[in-house]
Amino acid sequence: MLGTMSRLWQTVRPIRFRLYLGLLSALTASLVALGIPQVLEVVVNRLHVGAASATVWTGGAVVLALGLVEAALIWLRRVFAVAPSTLVEKDIRVRFYAKTQHMPVSFHDGWGSGQLLSRMMSDINTIRRWIAFGMIMLVTTSVTIVVGMVLLVRSSWLLALIFFLAAVPVTVIAYRFHREFSVLSRLSQDQNGDLATTIEQSVQGIRVLKAFGRGPSALEGFTEQAEELRRTEVRKATSMARFDMFMFMLPELALGIALFVGLHLVAGGSISVGQLASYFATATLVVGPVRMLGMLFGQMVNASTALDRHYEVMDEENTITSPESPVAVDTSAARGAVSFEGVHFRYEDAPGHVKDVLDGVDLEIRPGETMALVGVTGSGKSTLLQLVPRLYEVTEGRVRIDGVDVRDLALPDLRTLTAVAFEDATLFSDSVRDNVLLGADPALSDEAAEELLHLALRTADATYAYELPDGVDTRIGEEGMSLSGGQRQRLALARAIAARPAVLLLDDPLSALDTRTEETVTGRLREVLEGTTTLIVAHRTSTVALADRVALLDGGTVVAVGTHTELMASSARYRWVIANQEEETRRDQDIEALTGELDLREIQRAQEAQEARDTREAADGPPGSEGTSTSETEPEAAR
Amino acid sequence: MTATATRDRAGDDEQKDLTPEEAKASRKRSLTLLGELVSPVKGQFAVMAVMVVVAQLAVVAGPAIIAWGIDHGIPALAAGNSVPAIQAAALHIACAIVGGVLTYGYVKQSVVVGQRMLLALRRKVFRFTQRQDLEFHERYTSGRIVSRQTSDMEALRELLDSGVNIMVGSFLSMVFTIVLIVAMDWVTGVVMLLMLVPCLLLTLWFQRRSSVEYRAIRTHSARLIVHFVEAMAGIRAVKAFRKEDRNQERFDTLAMDYRNASLRSIQVFGIYQPSLRVLANVTIAAVLVVGGFRVLSGDLQVGVLVALVLYSRRFFQPVDEIANFYNAFQSAVAALEKIANLLAEQPHVKESDAPTPLPQSSGRIDFEDVSFRYTPQGPLVLRPMDLHIPAGQTVALVGQTGAGKSTVAKLISRFYDPTEGSVKLDGVDLRDISMKDLTRNIVMVTQEAYLFSGTVADNIALGRPGASREEIEAAAKAIGADSFIEQLPYGYDTDVNKRGGRVSAGQRQLISFARAFLADPRVLILDEATSSLDIPSERMVQEGLTKLLGHRTSLIIAHRLTTVMIADRVLVVHGGEVVEDGSPQELVAAGGRFAALHQAWQDSL
Repeated sequence: MLGTMSRLWQTVRPIRFRLYLGLLSALTASLVALGIPQVLEVVVNRLHVGAASATVWTGGAVVLALGLVEAALIWLRRVFAVAPSTLVEKDIRVRFYAKTQHMPVSFHDGWGSGQLLSRMMSDINTIRRWIAFGMIMLVTTSVTIVVGMVLLVRSSWLLALIFFLAAVPVTVIAYRFHREFSVLSRLSQDQNGDLATTIEQSVQGIRVLKAFGRGPSALEGFTEQAEELRRTEVRKATSMARFDMFMFMLPELALGIALFVGLHLVAGGSISVGQLASYFATATLVVGPVRMLGMLFGQMVNASTALDRHYEVMDEENTITSPESPVAVDTSAARGAVSFEGVHFRYEDAPGHVKDVLDGVDLEIRPGETMALVGVTGSGKSTLLQLVPRLYEVTEGRVRIDGVDVRDLALPDLRTLTAVAFEDATLFSDSVRDNVLLGADPALSDEAAEELLHLALRTADATYAYELPDGVDTRIGEEGMSLSGGQRQRLALARAIAARPAVLLLDDPLSALDTRTEETVTGRLREVLEGTTTLIVAHRTSTVALADRVALLDGGTVVAVGTHTELMASSARYRWVIANQEEETRRDQDIEALTGELDLREIQRAQEAQEARDTREAADGPPGSEGTSTSETEPEAAR
Repeated sequence: MTATATRDRAGDDEQKDLTPEEAKASRKRSLTLLGELVSPVKGQFAVMAVMVVVAQLAVVAGPAIIAWGIDHGIPALAAGNSVPAIQAAALHIACAIVGGVLTYGYVKQSVVVGQRMLLALRRKVFRFTQRQDLEFHERYTSGRIVSRQTSDMEALRELLDSGVNIMVGSFLSMVFTIVLIVAMDWVTGVVMLLMLVPCLLLTLWFQRRSSVEYRAIRTHSARLIVHFVEAMAGIRAVKAFRKEDRNQERFDTLAMDYRNASLRSIQVFGIYQPSLRVLANVTIAAVLVVGGFRVLSGDLQVGVLVALVLYSRRFFQPVDEIANFYNAFQSAVAALEKIANLLAEQPHVKESDAPTPLPQSSGRIDFEDVSFRYTPQGPLVLRPMDLHIPAGQTVALVGQTGAGKSTVAKLISRFYDPTEGSVKLDGVDLRDISMKDLTRNIVMVTQEAYLFSGTVADNIALGRPGASREEIEAAAKAIGADSFIEQLPYGYDTDVNKRGGRVSAGQRQLISFARAFLADPRVLILDEATSSLDIPSERMVQEGLTKLLGHRTSLIIAHRLTTVMIADRVLVVHGGEVVEDGSPQELVAAGGRFAALHQAWQDSL
C-alpha cells in the first residue's frame, strides 16, 4: 500500500502545493473550531463575576468572527484541494484512455470490456476522492490526535498512558483489518467490472437472447453475479463494521478504566479534580478523530486497491509500438510489395500443446497484384491479414512492405499504407460520411472528399446510403445496429476503399453480398484500385477467378501459390477447398441476385436478352453473364 | 402519437435540457422509484434507526457518567467507599461495549439493506432492458444501459452505504437538542428556530442548483461511458484506420465536460456547506449575545446560559454530516432519475397479464388479416395478409431486401406485434402466450451468431439452460459441429473469448445451429446467413441445416435456391404481400416470379 501511495504522490506532483494549502486550511479550521469553546468559557467566566454589556458584545463578536473564519477556511480547503484534484482526475482518466487505446488488440481480447470500464470510471473517481478529501483529512485527523495526546500527557501522564495502551490492540486490529479488507475491496471492484461486462454483453447479444427467450436465464446469471457482488459488499461491510466497532470501543474502554484510576488518583491527592476534568474534556475531543481515522483508513485501503487496479493496466507493456527510429517512407509513393517471410503466429495464451496458428508462412505479393487467400475455416487467413497492419504481431519471422519490415515503420505510416475491411464490420456512431471517410486523407478539400465518398460508396455498392433519411449525413447508431449485416459490410468496404491505401486487406468483405453483386463489386474494385496491392480472403470461385494469383493456406502454411487455373490443375487440396465443380458453386447461387431479376421489367428485359442471345448462341460461345448488367443498374431497395 | 412522444423524449434523454415542469416530473418519478425500493426494507430501516439511536445515547451518556463519577465517586472514595467509583467505571465500560456492538450492527445493517435495494434495482433494470423490443435497443445504445447499471447505481450505493445511519443519528440528535433547548428556555428556542429559516432557504437554493448539476454529471458520465464502450468494442477498426488521435481528442473533451460538471456540483456544495457553517456560528453568537444580556438583566442563570450555548453548538455539530448526506442524496436522485426515465419507457411488445398456458404445441402458425407498420405514421410494411402454416411444414420465404420477409419472421417470433390482425400459434394469439411458453416453442436463429464470453459448451447450452454435457455434445454432433470443436485447444471447454474472436464466422454459425438444435423448438425461424463460408464448411452448414430443420415447422428466410428447393412450400413476398404460394414444383409450373427465378438459376448451372 505504501508503494502505491507514494506512486500516487508522484502523480499529484503538479498540485502538491495546492494540496499543502488545502491541508493548512483544514488544520487551521480545526484549530479555530477549537478556539470557539475557549471564548465561550472566558465570556461565561466574566459573566459569573458580573460584567458589562461590552463583554457580551465582544464575546459575541469574537465567536462570530471565529465562526466566519472557520467557514472561510472550510471553503478555502475546497478551493485549494478540490478543483485541482478534479483536473488531476481528468488527466489520469485521459491517460488511462490513451493507454488502453494504444494497447494491442490481443490486450483487448484478454480484458473484459467491463473491467476496463470500471477502472476508467469508478476506480478513478475513488482515487480523486482520496486525493481531494481522504489524504488531507487523514493528516488533519492525525495531527488532531497527536495534539490531543500531548494535552493528555500534560493533564496526567499515568491516565494518558492508559489511553495510549488502547492504541496497542488498535494497531494489531488495524493490521488484520487491512489484510482482510484489501482482499475484499479488490474482490468487490473486480466483481463490479465483471458485472459490467455481463451487462454489456447482455445488450450487445440481445438478438440471440431474445430469439431463444433467454432473458430469464440471462437474468438468473446476472442475478447470481450481482448477488455475489452483494455478498462481497456485505462481507466488506462486516469487516469495516468490526473495525469501526473496535475504533469506537477501545478508546471508550480505556476512558472507563481511566475514570476508575483517575478517581483514585484524585482521592489519593496525586492530581487535582481540575486536571481530571481537563483530561476527560481533551479525551472526548480525541475520541471523535480516532473514529474518523478508522473510516479514513478504510477509504485509504479502497483507494489503494483502486490505484493497484489502475496501475495494473498502466503497467501492461505495450508490445506493438512505433520503433524509436522508424524508417521514413513516402506513403503516397509506396509500391505496395508485401512479403511474408517465415511468419509464425500463436496467441500468447495458447496452451503448449496447440500448434502455431501460422506455422511458417512464406508469401510474396507483387506491387499492384490482387492475391486471393484460400483455405478452410480456421486456417489462419484472417490472422495473416491482421499481421500486416500489426494488429497482431508475428511471433517469428517478418512481414515486409516494399522491403521494409513493418516493425520498422512508424505505426501511423504503416496504417496509412494499409487499410482493412473486416469480416464483422464495426462502424461507429457517426454519420455515414464520417464512417466512410474515417481513413481518408484529412488534407483533402471538401470537394475531393465528396468525390472520394461517392466513388467509395459506388464501388462498394453502398449507394443505398443516399436513400437514408438524411442521406450520407444520417447518423448510424452504435455499431450500425439499425443497418442490415450486408449494408454494414458494404460501408466498411467503402471505408477501406476511401482510405486509398497502398495495400488493401479485405477479410471476406463481400460475404454478405450475393454472388453477382460481389462480381460487380470486385470488378469495380479492380478498376478503382488500379495499382493497389490487394490481399483478399475469398471463398468463391468467382472472386478467386478475378484475383491475379491465389495462395492456398493449409495447416498454418502456404501450400500452393499460382493462378486459379494453375492450382485447379495442380492441387487436389485446392480443388477440394474451392469445390472442384463449377456447378456446385452455381448451385449455391444466391437468391438475392436472382430475385433482382424477378422484377417484371427486368424479367422482360432478361427474356429479350435471352431471345437475342439465343439467336447469337446458335452461332458462337457459351451463355454469357447478362445478369451482371441487370444487377448493376438495379437500384438497391432501401428500407 | 404518445408512443412517438415518449420515444423522442427517451431518445434525447441524454442531451436535452429539461423545462421546469419536466424537471419536476422527472424528480418525482425518481422519488417514487426510491419509495418503491425502500418500501420492502422499511422494517430493516427501522431496526437500523433504533440501533443508531441507542448507540447515540451510549455516546451521549459517556460524559454524563464521567461527571457523575467525579461528583459522587471522589467524595465516596475519600470516605473509603469505592463502590460509586467502580459503578461509574463499570457503567462507562458497559456503554462502550453497547455502543461498539451497536455501531457494528448499524454499520453492517446499513450496507445489508442498501445492497438489498441495489440488487433489487439492478435486477429490475436488467429484466426491463431484456424485455424491451429491438427497436428500443437500436435506439438506446448499450453504453447508455451500461452507464445506467454501473455509474448511476454507484451514485445510489454511495448514498445507501454511508448516508443513512449518519442521517438518522444526526437528525435525531438535532431534534433531541432543540427539544431540550426549548424546554430550558423558550427565548433561545425561538432564536434558534428563526435561524432555521435562512438555513431552509439556503437548502432550497442548493436543491435547485445541485439537481441541475447532478443531472449534468449523469449525462456527461453516460456520454463518457458510451464513447468508451464503443471505442473499446471497435478497437480493431480504431487502430486500422488510425482513429486513435481523433478518439483521444473526443475523449479529452468528454472527460473535460464531465470534470467541469463535477466541479460545478462540487462548487455548489462548496458554497452550501460553508454557508451552513456560517449560519450555525452566527446562531451560536446570537444565542450568546441574547443570553448574555438576559443574564445581565437577571432573567437567566449563568449556568443555564452555559448549557444553552453548549447545546446550540451541539445542535449544529451534525450540520456538515447532514449537508454531506443531502449532497449524496441529490446525486443519487439525479441518478435515479435517469434510471426511472429508462424504466418509464413503454415496451411495444408487452407480456400478457393472464397468459393462455401452452405447455405443448404442434407448431401450427396462422396469420389472420395481419398488417404491420413500424411507426404509426410509417408506411405499411406488410399488407393485410392471411397465411396458414400447418404443423411440420418447411416454408421458404423468398423476396427482395425490404420486401417484408424478415417482417413476417419477426412477427412470428414476436420481436414485434402486428399493427392489425393477429398471429396465432396453435390457434392462440401470440399476445396471449407467456414469453416463456412462446420462446420454448418458437426460436429464431439470426444471421449474426453472437457468442457470449464463456466456453463453447456454455454457448451451446444457451439453447437450453441446464442441459447436460452429453446433450450439448449430442447437439453439436447432430449439426456436424463436433469435429471442429474437438480440434479447438480445449475442445468444448475452449473459451470463445471476447466477441468470439478466436472462432471463425462459419464456426460461429455452426455453434448457433447447435444452440438451436439443443433448444429443440416446435417452430424454427431461420434467417439464413448469406454465404460467408468456404465451400467445405458451407457443405457442413447445409447438412447441419437440414438436420436442424427435421420435422419442425420451419420458416426460412432463404438466400440460396438449394435451400428453397428442400422446402415444402415457397412464399414469394413482394411489396409487403405474398404474391405466390405453393410447393417449389407448383410454382415453377405456374410460371410466375418464382418460375422466372428458377429459370434464371437453371440457366446459370
